[in-house]
Amino acid sequence: MTAVTESQVSMAGALNRALADALAADPGVLVFGEDVGALGGVFRVTDGLAARFGDERVFDTPLAESGIVGTAIGMAMNGLRPVVEMQFDAFAYPAFEQITSHLAKLRNRTRGRVSLPVVIRVPYGGGIGGVEHHCDSSEAYYTHTPGLRVVTPGTPDDAYRLLRDSIDSPDPVIFLEPKRRYWAKGSLDQATSIGFDRALVRRTGRDVTLIAYGPMVATALETAEAAKEEGWDVEVVDLRSLAPFDDETVCASVRKTGRAVVVHEASGFGGYGAEVVARVTERCFHHLHAPVLRVTGFDIPYPPPKLEEHHLPSVDRILDAVARLQWDDEVVGVRGA
Amino acid sequence: MARTRAPERTLLPGDEPLSLLRKDGSPVDDSPLAMPDDDVLVELHRRMVVGRRFDTQATALTKQGRLAVYPSSRGQEACEVGSVLALRPDDWLFPTYRDSVALVTRGVDPAETLTLLQGGWHLGYDPYEHRVGPQCTPLATNTLHAVGFAHAARLKGEDTAALVMLGDGATSEGDTHEALNFAGVWKAPVVFLVQNNGYAISVPMSKQSAAPSLAHKGIGYGVPSVLVDGNDVAAVYAVVREALVSGGPTLVEALTYRIEAHTNADDATRYRTSDEVAAWLDRDPVDRLEAYLTSRGLLDNERRAAVAAEAEDFAASVRAKMNADVVPSPDELFEHVYATTPAHLREQAAVLREELA
Repeated sequence: MTAVTESQVSMAGALNRALADALAADPGVLVFGEDVGALGGVFRVTDGLAARFGDERVFDTPLAESGIVGTAIGMAMNGLRPVVEMQFDAFAYPAFEQITSHLAKLRNRTRGRVSLPVVIRVPYGGGIGGVEHHCDSSEAYYTHTPGLRVVTPGTPDDAYRLLRDSIDSPDPVIFLEPKRRYWAKGSLDQATSIGFDRALVRRTGRDVTLIAYGPMVATALETAEAAKEEGWDVEVVDLRSLAPFDDETVCASVRKTGRAVVVHEASGFGGYGAEVVARVTERCFHHLHAPVLRVTGFDIPYPPPKLEEHHLPSVDRILDAVARLQWDDEVVGVRGA
Repeated sequence: MARTRAPERTLLPGDEPLSLLRKDGSPVDDSPLAMPDDDVLVELHRRMVVGRRFDTQATALTKQGRLAVYPSSRGQEACEVGSVLALRPDDWLFPTYRDSVALVTRGVDPAETLTLLQGGWHLGYDPYEHRVGPQCTPLATNTLHAVGFAHAARLKGEDTAALVMLGDGATSEGDTHEALNFAGVWKAPVVFLVQNNGYAISVPMSKQSAAPSLAHKGIGYGVPSVLVDGNDVAAVYAVVREALVSGGPTLVEALTYRIEAHTNADDATRYRTSDEVAAWLDRDPVDRLEAYLTSRGLLDNERRAAVAAEAEDFAASVRAKMNADVVPSPDELFEHVYATTPAHLREQAAVLREELA
């Protein structure tokens, strides 16, 4: 691929370019969903694609998520590479059966004879002032399902690369787009590829590892800057691929720092962070100076917009967790807990 | 068979199911359907007899512990065989768990047909070899796969239609409605064959739908809908063939009856009467075609015996194949989850291998 380095591209713009480049590269790629045609998607991620590639390759469907995913499965069985949009996280739930019972399992059920290169783009997470059902973080549902790849970009550059890799993937991919970062700009260096399955150390540090993904990558990096004032040298690992999980990169970081905090917007109970904590603890126990902590959304339904700032992990809340990691028994309070 | 394509197909099904053969095998004089050619009728008969023998053999195999479960389609042979023989070679079939007779009619090896029910693996055959999708256990989900498949064929410029099978209960599932809607909007070449056998396990039609017929469910989606006598194989063949070549979607409700219970694990006497079963036995699809073929001189005792012998041979080959113990490899648990096995599954496979060593 030609190296093109640009500064100040939004994540939505990077995703749009990835879709356009994939459509141009492979006539089998289709983009469809609700309002992705003339409107260009409610977040404009598909802006201009229907005009450029025609309404047989980029098209609006009836408003029915199970129908979108179910027909995408049939199209993929017939040799095409559908990329579908779910519009909003919680609106994807009607498609859950198609995703978990068929999309995830058909390769296995058919013993490798049927390959389903389907990408499901799900704008997810909060922080945009959305009303109910528009701000869920649904990653745990998908990562708990063997057969699915689940990825989420934290930067425009990753958004481009991960989406191109997802479309090229012979396996179905749940592509979670952190909607609060759609308009955040960054550089786009299309030549960079670190591997579809790999986590990335976004910032190196010596004392603590913050493990984050998607919308929380930027917050974790902000926290790392703020932590400097407290004298802590914080490393930030961006998971990028939630499933499969890159134990190697994560554990290398935690073994180095000896302390880790997992950060995500979704509720903590039974959440994705529990898996990360378990994996890190099982593999790095003797390197740990403190328990691996989680900073997550509360265990409540996603709150209304005027309260969401209290729910979402903030720099302060993550800094508090980092402070607890200094393993002062009185602060951590593990024995009395 | 002559291709009859009306310029505009009506959405509304008729009040009475379309048919070509009466209960006693005499032809319906004023049927709007074209009677299939003689060689097709003879083949329909042969496949129904073989299919029925296969079905009784599979039922027997459950009693011997060779199959974990078997959902019989006895009584539904006209639907299973008539619709599948109507498929053109490039068309695709999307069957459910009850459609094993449809699969063997399509040419799938009987042992591969039964792999799912045997428990050896979730699927035995290669979908692309026979143009048959995996047998679908969740109800109605395969309707959307068929619509997507057919729409893709259209986009690729291929003259390929999809036949998706579903039962009366499946018409209550949301996916059926989304699939009909998508098919109507996209004008996808899909035939939805609803085998209305009267019961969703134990729940009768009266508790399943308040619609005048299940075929009426196509109307709201702009999908032409046909009501057909599902025990009349000639009519099922004619209707499904016409729908497959129509270039668009069709909903076909075939009125039929499952003579056996839902599966070998079900007790059908709890929810239906022997009189009801007897009335349907009187409308047997195989007897009906035999009567017609005999009256036409297309079936005599010699031919009947030859078909019966073929069915016995087929059953014997099924027994022989199913009597061989299948021991699936535990290694395969970790294969085919992803195109390339990721590290955590390689580790788990190693743990299991060590346990088994």
